[in-house]
Amino acid sequence: MAYIDPHIHMVSRTTDDYQRMAAAGCVAITEPAFWAGFDRSSPQGFFDYFRQLTEFEPKRAAQYGIRHHCWLCINPKEAEDPGFAREVMSLIPEFLECPTVLGIGEIGLNKNSRNELIILEEQLALAETHDQLVLVHTPHLEDKLKGTLLIMDAIANTKLDPGRVLIDHVEEHTVRPVLDRGFWAGMTLYPETKCTPQRAADIIELHGTERVWINSAGDWGPSDPLAVPKCRAELAARGHGSDLVDRISFDNPVIFLSQSGRFQVADAP
Amino acid sequence: MTAAEVIDRYFLEHRAKVLDVAAFLDRVDRAAGDGSDYRMDALRRCVAVLAETEPGRAERVLSILSDQSSEPVDAAGEKGASGASREGNGD
Repeated sequence: MAYIDPHIHMVSRTTDDYQRMAAAGCVAITEPAFWAGFDRSSPQGFFDYFRQLTEFEPKRAAQYGIRHHCWLCINPKEAEDPGFAREVMSLIPEFLECPTVLGIGEIGLNKNSRNELIILEEQLALAETHDQLVLVHTPHLEDKLKGTLLIMDAIANTKLDPGRVLIDHVEEHTVRPVLDRGFWAGMTLYPETKCTPQRAADIIELHGTERVWINSAGDWGPSDPLAVPKCRAELAARGHGSDLVDRISFDNPVIFLSQSGRFQVADAP
Repeated sequence: MTAAEVIDRYFLEHRAKVLDVAAFLDRVDRAAGDGSDYRMDALRRCVAVLAETEPGRAERVLSILSDQSSEPVDAAGEKGASGASREGNGD
């Protein structure tokens, strides 16, 4: 019954969501730094956000027996101004010392612009310098295919081990290239703009379970913090056994995230 | 699952989705203006894929809706995505 949601933005969710996730079997989550729906006006806004991710949310989650971890970065939607982005990036190293920080993320591209790519490369270098895991955001909708290919090329120009990089939000047209290049692949379960639980189950049936996980990416937009258990139910309803269901929603996240040396799972409820 | 089991489990859900697409196209036709739009062009090409018999339809639909260019753009411009590419959309 225990599961992990390895990508969810709890700063945008209510405490009731923590309660419902715990009741559904959630024992651990990881929360990447992301765009708040509006651009922050100063690097100080990011400093406060990083404190929220490293100090406040772990306590809120712990009230429901859920272990909370996070990833830090400047997200690609706010990376178009390189000067501003670099000021934010300069704040990150001190937070990497926090015991619940797992790595750099979610970095990547949004509109596949030159400046976004420059900041992506600089954040990959930051991960390389500090020997951090990387969680990658791939662009939305029509920009995803091109952005995914640009991102993988950028990573190939570093010394980062693809086995320590998870490329998130894959769909039918990007999952194979991501896995073929040795990366981990995340499928995000969204009602409209990414994978539904049914399509994620199809992708698992077509491409297997090696180096693949599912997540809700629940945030302030249309999303479902219980999407992971719903996908587990979809797989079970198709006749898949608990081995496969647990591998995709518990074992694989543990394998990838444990490379950080910091990931911990609470006792199963 | 057998094919019959898949159909039993999912037919009604997808019957509704096809009807939604049909009703949406009718709605655009009823509305003022000629409905010319790169997104509608892409959608009509996607609908044609549904009638194909080869597997991999979901990947081909996503390909049609994707920007197929390979060079970064000069500036990000707006933050959002429209769901189909104005230029360089795929086959």
